[in-house]
Amino acid sequence: MSILWETILQINWQMIVMWVIGGILIYLAIKKDMEPTLLLPMGFGAILVNLPLSGAVTRYFQNGAEITVQKYNELLAAGEEGLSVTEGALTTLFEAGISNELFPLILFIGIGAMIDFGPLLSNPKLMIFGAAAQFGIFFTLCLASVFFDINDAASIAIIGAADGPTSIVVANKLNSTYLGAIMVAAYSYMALVPIIQPPVIKLLTTKEERKIRMPYKPAAVSKTTRILFPIIITVVAGLVAPDSVSLVGFLMFGNLIRECGVLDSLSETAQKVLANLITIFLGITIATRMVWNEFLVPNTLLILGLGLVAFIFDTAGGVLFAKLLNLFMKEKINPMIGAAGISAFPMSGRVVHKMGLKEDPQNFLLMHSIGVNVSGQIASVIAGGLILNFFM
Amino acid sequence: MFEPMNFVTNLQYMGVGMLCIIIVMGVLIGATVLLNKITRPKDEKKD
Repeated sequence: MSILWETILQINWQMIVMWVIGGILIYLAIKKDMEPTLLLPMGFGAILVNLPLSGAVTRYFQNGAEITVQKYNELLAAGEEGLSVTEGALTTLFEAGISNELFPLILFIGIGAMIDFGPLLSNPKLMIFGAAAQFGIFFTLCLASVFFDINDAASIAIIGAADGPTSIVVANKLNSTYLGAIMVAAYSYMALVPIIQPPVIKLLTTKEERKIRMPYKPAAVSKTTRILFPIIITVVAGLVAPDSVSLVGFLMFGNLIRECGVLDSLSETAQKVLANLITIFLGITIATRMVWNEFLVPNTLLILGLGLVAFIFDTAGGVLFAKLLNLFMKEKINPMIGAAGISAFPMSGRVVHKMGLKEDPQNFLLMHSIGVNVSGQIASVIAGGLILNFFM
Repeated sequence: MFEPMNFVTNLQYMGVGMLCIIIVMGVLIGATVLLNKITRPKDEKKD
C-alpha cells in the first residue's frame, strides 16, 4: 500500500499535461483520422513514458535519487560513485532503431515501394515544383536560427520537408534535443495539410488563375525508364549530398523493388508488412522524447510555430514559382499545382485537385498535382541531405 | 537566445540550398527526358 502511495505522490502537474497531450493525439488519430498510424502510437507512448517512475524509459540514479541523463553523464565523466541505471524497453528500442536511423530508413523502403513515379516520368518538367516548394525549409532555417543554435534550427527547419523519416534522420544526425517536439510538429502538420494549404493558396492566387485548365497528355513511359530512374536519382543525389545517400538510397531501393517486375512479393511485403511493422515501433519509440521534463519547455511551442511557418512558406514557394513561370510560358500552368510540391503525399496533391474542382467542376488537376507531389518527396530528401552537408 | 542578425547571416544557406535543389532537379529532369527519348517504344517513335 505504501508503494502505491509513494508512486501516486510522484505525480506532478506536468505529467498530467502530458497525459492530456497524449489523449489529444489519440483523439485526433481516431476521431479526426489525422495520421492515425503515427499519432496514435505517439499519443499512447506519451502517456506511457509520463507515468510516475515509468519503467518504459531508462532512468538514472545517484545514491537512489533520480537524476537527469545530462546530470548522469556529467557525474559519470567526473568519476562520481553511487551512480546506477534502470533500463527501459522504449529507450532500448530508441537506441536500437532511431538513434542509428534504422527505423526511418527501413520505413523509407516501404514508402519507396508505394510510390508510382509514372505521372512524374510522363511529365518530368513537374519536378521543378518539388524544388521550389522546399523554400519553407530554408526560410525557417534562417528564422529558427534567431532563437536556436544552428543545428537545432536546421533540425526544426526540416519539419518543412513534410516527411517524418527525413525529419527523424536529420534531427538525430544533428543531435537535436528537440526530436519529440519536431516529430509531433512534422506529423501533425502533415495531417493538417488540408487545413493549412488552402488559405495560403487562395491568398496568393486569383480566381482566374485557380481556374486555369491543364489538359493531361500522358506519354508512354517505358519499363527501362522506370527501372533506371531510381538508380539515377540515387547516384545524382549521392554525388550532390553524400550524407543523404542512405535516405535517397533506401527510398529508391524500395521503388526499384516495385518497378523491376520480378520482386512482386517483396514489393508487397515492403509496402504492407514491413512499413506497418516499422510504423508501430516508430511512433511509440518517438514518445521516449516526450518525457515531460524535456517536452514541456517554452521552446516546444516555438518549434510548433516554426513548423507551421515552414509549411506555409513551402506552399507559398511552390505557388509563387509557378506564377513566375507563367510570366514566360505560352501554355499557362495552374499555379495551385506548385503547392503540391511539399512532400506530404498524397494529401497535398489531393488538396490541390479538390481546390481546382471547387473553382471549376471540369478542371481535373489530379495527375499533375500528384506528379508534383511525388517530386516533392524526392526534393525533400535532397533538401535533408543538403542540410546535413551544411551542418555536419 | 534571441539573435535577430542570425537571420541575415544564414540567408546564404537559403541561397545555396535552393540553388542546389533546383540544379539537382534540373539534372534529373534532363536525365528523365533523355531516358524517355532513348527508351521510347519503337512504334511510338515511328509516329
